[in-house]
Amino acid sequence: MKQLLSFIRKEFHHILRDRTTMMILILMPIIQIILFGFALTTEVKNTKVAVLATTDDEVTNRIIEKINSSSYFDVVANIHSNDEIQAIFRDAKAKLVIVFEDHFSENLRHNGKAHIQLIADATDPNAATSFTFYVSNIIASYQQELMGTTKNPYQITPEVKMLYNPQMVGAFNFVPGVLGMIMLLICAMMTSIAIVREKEMGTMEILLVSPMKPIYTILSKITPYFVLSAFNFATIMLLSVFVLKVPVAGSFLSLVFVSLLYIFVSLALGLLISTLTSSQLAAMLISGMGLMIPVMLLSGMIFPIENMPVILQWISDIVPARWYISAVKTIMIQGLGISSVLKEVAVLSFMSIVLVTVSLKKFKVRLE
Amino acid sequence: MKLIFFTCQNSPFRGLGGRDTINNMEKVIVAESLTKRFGHFTAVDHISFEVEKGEIFGFLGANGAGKTTAMRMLCGLSKQTSGKGVVAGFDIASQPELVKRNIGYMSQKFSLYGDLKVWENIELFGGIYGMTDEQIKLKTDELMIKLNFEEERNKLVSSLPLGFKQKLAFSVAIFHNPRVVFLDEPTGGVDPITRRKFWELIYDATAHGITVFVTTHYMDEAEYCDRVSIMVDGRIEALDSPANLKKQYQAKNMDEVFQQLARKAKRVDS
Amino acid sequence: MFLPKMIFMFPIMVLMVFPWAASYEIKNLNLSVVDNDHSPYSQQLIQKITSSGYFKLTDISSNYETALKSIESKQADIILEIPSNFEKNLINKQGGKLMISANAVNGMKGGIGMTYLNSIIADYNQGIMEEMQPATSSISTIPTIQLDTQYRFNQHLNYRVFMVPALMVMILTLICGFLPAVSIVFEKELGTMEQINVSPVPKIIFILAKLIPFWIIGFIVITIGFTIAWLVYGLVPAGLFSTLYLFTAIYILTVSGLGLVISNYASTLQQAMFIVFFFMLLFIMLSGLYTPIDSMPEWAKWLAAFNPLKHFMVVLRSVYLKGSNPIQLINEMLALLGFALFFNTWAVLSYRKSS
Repeated sequence: MKQLLSFIRKEFHHILRDRTTMMILILMPIIQIILFGFALTTEVKNTKVAVLATTDDEVTNRIIEKINSSSYFDVVANIHSNDEIQAIFRDAKAKLVIVFEDHFSENLRHNGKAHIQLIADATDPNAATSFTFYVSNIIASYQQELMGTTKNPYQITPEVKMLYNPQMVGAFNFVPGVLGMIMLLICAMMTSIAIVREKEMGTMEILLVSPMKPIYTILSKITPYFVLSAFNFATIMLLSVFVLKVPVAGSFLSLVFVSLLYIFVSLALGLLISTLTSSQLAAMLISGMGLMIPVMLLSGMIFPIENMPVILQWISDIVPARWYISAVKTIMIQGLGISSVLKEVAVLSFMSIVLVTVSLKKFKVRLE
Repeated sequence: MKLIFFTCQNSPFRGLGGRDTINNMEKVIVAESLTKRFGHFTAVDHISFEVEKGEIFGFLGANGAGKTTAMRMLCGLSKQTSGKGVVAGFDIASQPELVKRNIGYMSQKFSLYGDLKVWENIELFGGIYGMTDEQIKLKTDELMIKLNFEEERNKLVSSLPLGFKQKLAFSVAIFHNPRVVFLDEPTGGVDPITRRKFWELIYDATAHGITVFVTTHYMDEAEYCDRVSIMVDGRIEALDSPANLKKQYQAKNMDEVFQQLARKAKRVDS
Repeated sequence: MFLPKMIFMFPIMVLMVFPWAASYEIKNLNLSVVDNDHSPYSQQLIQKITSSGYFKLTDISSNYETALKSIESKQADIILEIPSNFEKNLINKQGGKLMISANAVNGMKGGIGMTYLNSIIADYNQGIMEEMQPATSSISTIPTIQLDTQYRFNQHLNYRVFMVPALMVMILTLICGFLPAVSIVFEKELGTMEQINVSPVPKIIFILAKLIPFWIIGFIVITIGFTIAWLVYGLVPAGLFSTLYLFTAIYILTVSGLGLVISNYASTLQQAMFIVFFFMLLFIMLSGLYTPIDSMPEWAKWLAAFNPLKHFMVVLRSVYLKGSNPIQLINEMLALLGFALFFNTWAVLSYRKSS
């Protein structure tokens, strides 16, 4: 016990003495959560639209006005021929072009049928589908308007309720994801050099000839970073509740429990990297660059996991962030208790045991 | 069946007389046919020797002769391929943890924590070896006075000159009163006067019953040892007191002894 | 050696694996139905929804509370509640009502699921209207606007087309901007920098010697990227390769300038890596890759405008999909050149200060 305490004290000294790094560690998550919490939203807003209409009449103008006045779109250009469409997309002046057929209003009035063509820049396929969806909604509501008061008696009106996030606030979606991503990466990057640094500096030899037990070394490497990460978690929580206005709908204690478990898993992951590598550079690159893209793409933070090919779904199973983000969403946004995230807790606990065991196994007691 | 010898810490029994009473002395290090192979390469080839309590045992050899490997086996940092080793009464293969409790070690790479203060380093290693806070505090005060280090006590180790660091590293290595201390080229990169001062610390340690096992390639240091072994190509080619070795090889000093033996080496320096 | 292995394996792995991860297109949404009507109409509606291919019927619950339970236990993503008398009201010309509750915790999924469900219901409704109202009656008097949609540049809405250029940009940023920064700081920490500083080698030569290998590697890596895009994803640029390489060169200059600035300020490897990580995340998240820039608040739009990664992503996509040439991309070119000048000047100035 005395051994462990002395060693933990030493690790605290290392961290506290390096003020710059500590400031970076504390400020970085704060800036990130605020920036991303405010800036990221999957909503469509102010998309630039160009209109191609050969006639200038009431019906056309009414539709254009309806589109322009919606929050989704800004009509920014009127073009006069099909040849201009390509250029407008190429210069990124608009993302969607609405083409009214020739004699649009006449056709509508006399034949009861008229065509509008939507041409979307599908370089971003997701955006393109949302644009066309919103335009068709607007046009459908215009049609309702045309029918005037004579409502179709056979009309079915779906009443839509968005559960847990009725206003579809972007931060509700991104806070759990960003939290999961930055906690994992920062934790892993912190501990990944912890052991390999001692190897590189030569202090490892001294520790190995001493009666210091490997499990003590590992635990004492984790402890100060655990404290620091818990502090980071606390600041992120304060910011998301008071600044981003994302309340913790469920049990706060459960959230804390799952988060501390996750921090432990992330730190243990970094330590495993540290025991496996032989230079700080390698450890940093693996934990920083190597983890960033998989965590970002396979944690379900952005892209839904169910859509991925089966192999990627399997890979995502071993990404701790996936389980944590799911648990945070359940507790923080859906407002459910710990009993709803038992699976996540089980997986994260299992991961932490495996990571520590493998680190211990791989921790070389001898120099070879 | 552990071999734990009763040691009398207070008998600073050193000097010429020691040689004649070998059989009565406690053997602190025993190596029997100790061998280490890396693949087809035999780094250490069946070496056997014994070191008695309180002795300063010099371990000489050219670079690549296998001395660091041999020493690492004795410290439990590396496992022998065959042979047997007993350090401080414990078998190095089957009781490495007990060995570790009873030895001190100072590596050739300076290896205290540069971003910790002098006293923090001492406190850390005292703690690792299970000393109590009072013991640590008392001994730290003593040590600071002995080394004339009181002013440096609160300085970061990285800011000290190399000679200071080496003295401190040695003092930390014997801080917990180990039975044996292993020194791997402890005085690299400092001038002869600083080396001489360092050796005063070594003598002082042996006076307190600590056995010293030291590798070096400074021949002036070899002269300070009670006995010296010279390794060539993984084998011990000579083992005796410096005086006897000089007589045997008809050499003026240890350097000549070493030159004669090292010439036999077939291994290319790595 | 670790570094060379990493430099070549990393882009190949990333480009082979991760484009498949990216898709918002949702299939098999789990639907829980609360059918209080139990009528032929409600059956027909459910049938129509499940046969659309987008929805998987997980359960038919007796009431809303049970359905909500299955959302809580993640069995269902969306609830469709059909009220009693749904059929009766429709036939009696009183219109029909349906309640949809989507789990909005996964914003994308909830939103898209709701969209799909709405359009299936609208389609179903159309069928009913046509069935109930003979062609001669009111329907012909209701004017209909028909929409048809054309997706330009990426007709089949292929997400790989969208992700591959983005991933190439990320890789290039890491390898040419951040890797050299980290390795310079590493040398600083090891003390080998001191060696260089006392040698007669001018610093500029040292820095160039450090950077040029990464530039060359950058070109090799982007070429590997083009090859994988073509062989694996069948992506061939509509524009010219020379345009791509020209912008690659400018971009490499930009990010290695930024890397140098970072290396001048960081004193340990860990600091360097954290700063790199910070910028990388900022660049990626504010590049418009995941969420549209148009939807961001004004200040974030400004940040995005100063995001070199975003500009280069626009360039790669435009050249690949739209066949743009350098003149059409003049804005991006000027922006990237501006950044390059800015970062490299800063790097030189801060370097003098630190030495």
